[in-house]
Amino acid sequence: MSGSGRTSDDEARGPEARFDGRADRSESGSAASWRSPLGRVRGRGSAKEGVAHWWVQRLTSVALIPLGCWFVVSLLALPALDYVTVADWLGNAWTALLMVLFVLVAAWHSQLGVQVIIEDYVHESGMKTLSIALSSFAHVLLAAAGVLAVLRITLRSVA
Amino acid sequence: MQQTDSDISAPVPERRRPLSPHLSIYKLSRYSLLSSFTNRLTGGALSAGLILLVYWLLASASGARAYARAAAVLASLPLKILYALLLAAFAYHLVAGIRHLIWDTGRGLERTQSQRSAWLVMTIALLLAILACYWAFFLRSRAS
Repeated sequence: MSGSGRTSDDEARGPEARFDGRADRSESGSAASWRSPLGRVRGRGSAKEGVAHWWVQRLTSVALIPLGCWFVVSLLALPALDYVTVADWLGNAWTALLMVLFVLVAAWHSQLGVQVIIEDYVHESGMKTLSIALSSFAHVLLAAAGVLAVLRITLRSVA
Repeated sequence: MQQTDSDISAPVPERRRPLSPHLSIYKLSRYSLLSSFTNRLTGGALSAGLILLVYWLLASASGARAYARAAAVLASLPLKILYALLLAAFAYHLVAGIRHLIWDTGRGLERTQSQRSAWLVMTIALLLAILACYWAFFLRSRAS
């Protein structure tokens, strides 16, 4: 009986509102929500932060096309990989800038990707959370260490 | 008797939840699935490669003697093989990633299209990998 009132309300608000209200229509049977009440209470579901994760993974992947190609090609183009050549190359301000960006964006993209792999293959809930946390810590550590190293080289070569 | 969604006491399977198709439903011979798995695999390999990159950067930042010590490890044969694999992984992940970005615009999702692009990705990635490895292991050693 409350259904008829909601239907006219939905029509007034447009199709989005009707789609939104689907979860409450379970009593009609035909349009039951797939979301369980428990799931709703726990805030599980794609409307939380799944989109941000997906979007940042796309953004970082776009940024990594030029950054990754730059890194691989310039590494291959270095005449040698001895200390003097490498330190001189990394000491250049442009190299340092691009290298810092590459390390940061690659670590970010990697963290997002590893998280998805863990979510898919680690099934036990506590283990899943622990793995994702450890992976995140490791990625932050790698990013910080990489940036620190590049800064140390490039700032030293100025002094 | 029909089970309704609001019945919280119902055991989970009775709530008619949709299941994503299990892996075994796909044919591996259809190259599309394999290409998706390879993208994940190469991504994981590149994540591990990030450790080597940061180790190399830290060594470079720690002076000539520390660099020489790290270089002895980094230039060893097992790691050289690993670099070849990482170059191949990068080539594949790059090309397959671009394919994913094109998919995200809604293009190329038809079955015949995705099967064709899967082969295209594999071919381009293989060529890039061969080119990069040739550059890294033959051109460079001749120059130095």
